[in-house]
Amino acid sequence: MRLNLIRFAAMAIITLLSFGTAHASTLNDVKAAGHLKCGINTGLPGFAFTDDKGNWKGFDVAFCRALAAAVLGNADKVKYVNLTGKTRFPALASGEIDVLSRNTTWTFSRDVDLGFTFLGVSYYDGQGFIGRKSLGIKSAKELDGASVCIQTGTTTELNLADFFRSNKMKYEPVPIETNAEARAGYLAERCDVYTTDASGLAATKSTFKDAENHMVFPEIISKEPLGPVVRQGDDQWADIARWTLNALIVAEELGVTQANVNEKAKGTKNPEINRMLGKEGSMGKMLGLDATWAVRAIAAGGNYAEIFEKYLGTKTPLGLSRGLNALYKDGGILYAPPIR
Amino acid sequence: MNTKSLWTNERTRGLIFQILLVVGIAVFFAFIISNTITNLEKAGLASGYSFLGDTASFDINQRLIEYSSTSTYGRAIIVGGLNTIVIAILGILAATVIGFVAGILRLSKNYLISRLVTIYVEFVRNVPVLLQIIFWWVILLSLPKVRNSLSIGDSIFLNNRGIRLPSANFYEGSVLVFSALIFALIVIYFIKRWSQKRQAKTGKIFPFGYTALGLIIFLPALTFLLADQPIDFNVPTRGRFNLKGGFNVTPELVALWLALSTYTAAFISEIVRSGILSVSSGQREAASALGLKPSLIMRKIILPQALRVIIPPLTSQYLNLTKNSSLAVAIGYQDIVSIGDTVLNQSGQALEVISIFMIFYLTLSLITSAFMNWYNKRIELVER
Ligand SMILES: N[C@@H](CCC(=O)N[C@@H](CS)C(=O)NCC(=O)O)C(=O)O
Repeated sequence: MRLNLIRFAAMAIITLLSFGTAHASTLNDVKAAGHLKCGINTGLPGFAFTDDKGNWKGFDVAFCRALAAAVLGNADKVKYVNLTGKTRFPALASGEIDVLSRNTTWTFSRDVDLGFTFLGVSYYDGQGFIGRKSLGIKSAKELDGASVCIQTGTTTELNLADFFRSNKMKYEPVPIETNAEARAGYLAERCDVYTTDASGLAATKSTFKDAENHMVFPEIISKEPLGPVVRQGDDQWADIARWTLNALIVAEELGVTQANVNEKAKGTKNPEINRMLGKEGSMGKMLGLDATWAVRAIAAGGNYAEIFEKYLGTKTPLGLSRGLNALYKDGGILYAPPIR
Repeated sequence: MNTKSLWTNERTRGLIFQILLVVGIAVFFAFIISNTITNLEKAGLASGYSFLGDTASFDINQRLIEYSSTSTYGRAIIVGGLNTIVIAILGILAATVIGFVAGILRLSKNYLISRLVTIYVEFVRNVPVLLQIIFWWVILLSLPKVRNSLSIGDSIFLNNRGIRLPSANFYEGSVLVFSALIFALIVIYFIKRWSQKRQAKTGKIFPFGYTALGLIIFLPALTFLLADQPIDFNVPTRGRFNLKGGFNVTPELVALWLALSTYTAAFISEIVRSGILSVSSGQREAASALGLKPSLIMRKIILPQALRVIIPPLTSQYLNLTKNSSLAVAIGYQDIVSIGDTVLNQSGQALEVISIFMIFYLTLSLITSAFMNWYNKRIELVER
């Protein structure tokens, strides 16, 4: 949209006028502003969506809230900025947002070339395809000649090109900006299949009235480790955000939940819990925060498991099982370094 | 002259101020530009244009030149630029035709017609063009699905993935057919000159239209047969998912084209209307006193004079249409902005890509203006 163009130009100008001194400390900027600017989806069930009161909710949103709670002491002090696959990186690079929490895949070029720092993996994902059962095919390898809806500016469109090229198949790409538009295009049969991260497919499918007529093909054609991202060059801020994410995972490991975190913060027999919740050691100070930063982060929306089950889990319309995203000791690969 | 008189002299003083202003502006921009570059380099955002040679790795559905995911970013941007030019040309042609017809009809004495045109103009002018683009797209998406494509003679198909037309294959000898076409055009040009001269001299009217049409069809057709039919058609057939073969015009292109041309035409019709009204009514009265038909009066007397008023604002409508075409992103028509944004996103080269946008649109605008200025000069009133 032309708006996007204007936005890009505006960001270039913001960058240009920032005279090199800006973003010396994102932490100070956030504290001074009194709110965290968090980049999220334009809307994807389970990950970032509005409830009937218009508040943003979801798996990706929960991270923004935990971080705001850790840094500002209030999970509601977040200003959400909705970003498409294309606008998210300029928004982060120019400082329009402090952190990006939007189904973003950790890749070499984004980490190294675009100058961002990935904080870890909050969701291990992979790219899949959804199509109508009436197509009569069982595998994505039978898609020769199909029209495929894709979101532009994503790893998705790159994987897709690779997948069809290496399988010597042809396709018509139908490029689309947001998940909502892709859904509309797919339902109108502008395209035969829609491809994106498997979690996004589950989210999109959960909104179909005739979900039973659609199927996700067995092929997962890529690795999509999704996680929150910050600008490169502010290590303190990256540490704060990274350890907020880690704290949520460690909390699951140690059985610290939204319900019991305040109780446990008073002191437990487990030194690890005590360190994380600020009863022993001075972890908070090392981060430049106070001692109970992690207590607030966990109290904001619960630990990793609670957030997952609330927004994505088997009891939600998305119905995702933990799979790879289970803790390492439960057969998954979710593994956070120790808080010590 | 001493310094004092230098200062009091109005001309030199003006000159000094102008020079100071120019220097000031230059310093200001130099400062901004160098600042931008250092900042972007610091943020790792700018590193020159060499990325244009890197592999793009994504596909594009409407390509006027050879392109695949193994082509370069530079080539992807060229594909996008051509797609913008296509929509600009198609849009300008359609908007001009619709705009002129609507402008003339709005002055029609038939109340119903002029009312209808007024409603069209007022409605279309006052609804944001982005909404109109999406409106047309949604309409086109509700056309029959692929499996139920409407077809004309099983060779042209219409469905919500576009219009699929037979595409032409050219074999050896097809050059002859094109040469015949060009030859026909040259002959027509000379016939036109000759018939105009003859009409001026003797008043005899030559049936120019029919002759031209006949020549344009007959000469190439004859060559086609003589050269052993060197052109044939690749007719689309039904495939497993989509139609196969032929040439597909996407619903995105059509929606964008319909929206931009009807929107701009509404403005053009107003320009045409005011242009016509600017021609003094004495001209029309004099012409009808000579017994000319109303259609001829419009074509030969009113419009040529009105054009002088019409052309300058028309030019800016053409420029608007071209720039509005960047709204294409909304429905996924891959114009230069859509593809450029993707390149920007995948490569992170924000400033470079935006500078390419600016240079591209500036160049298109300058070319359009230059052409229209030339045309304007040509039709200027030659005073004797
Ligand atoms: N993980 C991929 C794709 C990210 C992506 O765009 N995902 C989609 C669907 S899973 C999305 O979040 N859409 C929400 C929106 O349109 O705002 C990437 O980082 O490039």
